[in-house]
Amino acid sequence: MKILCAVKRVVDYNVKIRVKTDQSGVETSNVKFSMNPFDEIAVEEAVRLKEAGAATEIVVVSIGPAQAQETLRTALAMGADRAILVQTDVETQPLAVAKVLKALVEKEAPGMVILGKQAIDDDCNQTGQMLAALLGWGQGTFASKVVAADGKVAVTREIDGGLETVELKLPAVVTADLRLNEPRYASLPNIMKAKKKPLETITPDALGVDVTPRLKTVKVAEPAKRQAGIKVPDVATLVDKLKNEARVI
Amino acid sequence: MTAAAIPYTPPLKEIRFVLDHLAGMADVAALPGFEDASPDMVDSILGEAAKIAENILAPLNRIGDVQGARLDADGIARTAEGWGAAWQALVEGGWNGLPFDPARGGMGLPNLLNTAVQEMWHSANMAFALCPMLTQGAVNAVQLYGSDALKDLYLPKMISGEWTGTMNITEPQAGSDLAATRSRAVPNGDHYLVSGQKIFITYGDHDLTENIIHLVLARLPDAPPGVKGISLFVVPKVLVNADGSLGARNQVKCVSLEHKLGIHGSPTAVLSFGDEGGATGFLVGEPNRGLEYMFTMMNHARLNVAMQGLSIAERAYQQALAYARDRVQGKPLGWSEGQSKGIVNHPDVRRLLMGMKARIEAMRGILYTAAAAVDVAHHHADEAARGRAALLVDLLTPIAKGWCTETGQQLASDGVQVHGGMGFIEETGAAQHLRDARITTIYEGTTAIQANDLINRKILRDGGATANGLLDEIAALGGELSGHADEALRVTGAELVAAVHEAKQAVAWVLATAKQDPRLPAAASVTLLELMGVVAGGWQLARAAKVAAERLAEGDADTAFLSAKPLTARFYATHVLPKTAAMRATVVNGSASVMALSEEQLFGAA
Repeated sequence: MKILCAVKRVVDYNVKIRVKTDQSGVETSNVKFSMNPFDEIAVEEAVRLKEAGAATEIVVVSIGPAQAQETLRTALAMGADRAILVQTDVETQPLAVAKVLKALVEKEAPGMVILGKQAIDDDCNQTGQMLAALLGWGQGTFASKVVAADGKVAVTREIDGGLETVELKLPAVVTADLRLNEPRYASLPNIMKAKKKPLETITPDALGVDVTPRLKTVKVAEPAKRQAGIKVPDVATLVDKLKNEARVI
Repeated sequence: MTAAAIPYTPPLKEIRFVLDHLAGMADVAALPGFEDASPDMVDSILGEAAKIAENILAPLNRIGDVQGARLDADGIARTAEGWGAAWQALVEGGWNGLPFDPARGGMGLPNLLNTAVQEMWHSANMAFALCPMLTQGAVNAVQLYGSDALKDLYLPKMISGEWTGTMNITEPQAGSDLAATRSRAVPNGDHYLVSGQKIFITYGDHDLTENIIHLVLARLPDAPPGVKGISLFVVPKVLVNADGSLGARNQVKCVSLEHKLGIHGSPTAVLSFGDEGGATGFLVGEPNRGLEYMFTMMNHARLNVAMQGLSIAERAYQQALAYARDRVQGKPLGWSEGQSKGIVNHPDVRRLLMGMKARIEAMRGILYTAAAAVDVAHHHADEAARGRAALLVDLLTPIAKGWCTETGQQLASDGVQVHGGMGFIEETGAAQHLRDARITTIYEGTTAIQANDLINRKILRDGGATANGLLDEIAALGGELSGHADEALRVTGAELVAAVHEAKQAVAWVLATAKQDPRLPAAASVTLLELMGVVAGGWQLARAAKVAAERLAEGDADTAFLSAKPLTARFYATHVLPKTAAMRATVVNGSASVMALSEEQLFGAA
């Protein structure tokens, strides 16, 4: 089985996000970027499936700027076999990404697509679901356990009330949650080998996909600063404020 | 409070800046054999090493300090909780083999890149990082001087880290004076029987690996007296069969572990060789040339210990900075609405932090420049270029070892000072850095030994040619900057020129007085070393400031990072470089007074 694994280049999770002064977005110049942590978990799961004999090849794909090559190299160093960069400098939105992935699925014919449940930059949590709908495949989202065998995959999902296990017929789309696994450190020999693994760069146009953003960002602002608290003279005032100002009782 | 892990964030941006702009990473990558060290590869490697330093090694630093290494009832040194798994992570990641021959399992990457990785590991956990450091040193010695049979049998597993290496030099009566070495080696068929006691053996015994390869200095029966009669032997803890499998235990016994001021996590062993007739050992290279071979390891180790000075200072700085931003005490002078009230805004706390930052950047510049010169000295196609680089390494080694470790210790102390009373409390973690730093000015040759090396071998031997050559180069840079449009660069340049002038006077005095009375330069040597270190640090900061100004002029948008360079250089130029005048005065005028009292007067009226 071939696995297609999608990864996104995002601002590193350690970076303190700052909003651009013109409020058009967040500051990205001179900021450290790395692989979206949920996608890293997805790559790790793909590598483990391959090591367990459930997969034969891992193709890792990223849709984004030329620098996303670094992100793909990281995935190759972790154990992916080859990489595809669908290069575009426009803001990548979930529907466009799902369409690109669908086109790649038709080209590559994988048995499973695995990706992070969401990217930590826009936190959309939509791409996997949209891709499954476009393909008409089953989806196992928020996976905390993945067992693939006999043309099926059992996905244990993290849901509000606890865990739910669904069984999907392959091919299927799986999105990784935080507790699925702990990604490995790439070894030095694998980092060096990754450079020699194939990395193909194509354009959305070549896949016949229009990635023009459909959503417009109106304004990006810092979360409102927390106001200082006030002292109330007595319980009656407190109850009054809770009732009429905060409207919580 | 329990043993809380103090975070460490590898300063990748600073490291990358120094690699690219001060050490010449691109030139090193262009040397034959280093084609793999492309910029993106360097980024990938540093990024992954940083994760290991931050997530695996740093959290174990405090655990190692609190638990320490202990000798169990079976005479095996046990490392602290989690150290075995951490070592395994380095082995599985192939990190020990980074600078070594690909034919024996290494990665064939530059020493310069290895240096950057080592910086992060020493910052994360110095007591742990000693183990890979010494193993790499042992690999170097076997690689350079061992027979093919020794290399084939031992190197692959030492390079992979499946086995570690040690350096067995010191004996109770033979510390700085190796002529007093007593350990013996007697020929016995295809090997030697080695016996004697060695002390202060770092990672001399541990439970991280199945085998430990000791490199041991000992005397052959017919050896001439003194340092010219010392040979070097490979003595494995467990004998190795011809097929590489492990055989019987060799006669190497860990008698005890030392109780130390710092680096508690690092087992410092007393080893007894050959208690029942003789440990099986194998001669490395030729008889009686052991000291020369050992100095290969020693010089490698000296630059690495110098790195520990930088690393521990960086760790202490990060911790002090975090505390200073968080801790509020009164309103800082000139405080305005919207500004943080952290003690970081009190001028003297800021002075301490700037002093740390500037000296850390100065040390990084010196050490990475020296590391790049090591690569050039070994790999450049042109013999003259190799020779020039080797001379620079030779000169910078004692300066780096002496100055960076003394400075690291001072900065670890400043880190405690920033914490105030809390710094004196062990739970805060600032004190550990000071205790750990304390060994660095002692092992692999004390500061005085470095200063002797600087004066005798590096200055007097060539009549000061190399030292004055470097000082002229520094003065030329200072002269160039002193005419710069930017005020910070102008001040830096002018102070650098003045400092070089002081250094040249001190060097000239050493050259002139050595013949009159050898005790005079010896009494002045440590001060001279400090003077040379301060000037070398100023040189690197000036280089950094110049590059940063150029990049800003070219429109580089990273203004916050780049504009800090000239300002940091100016701080150093005005707070540190002026001290060179006092140091010159001490060297030139003060040396006679060092030995002026008689020994009896020193003991006084007691």
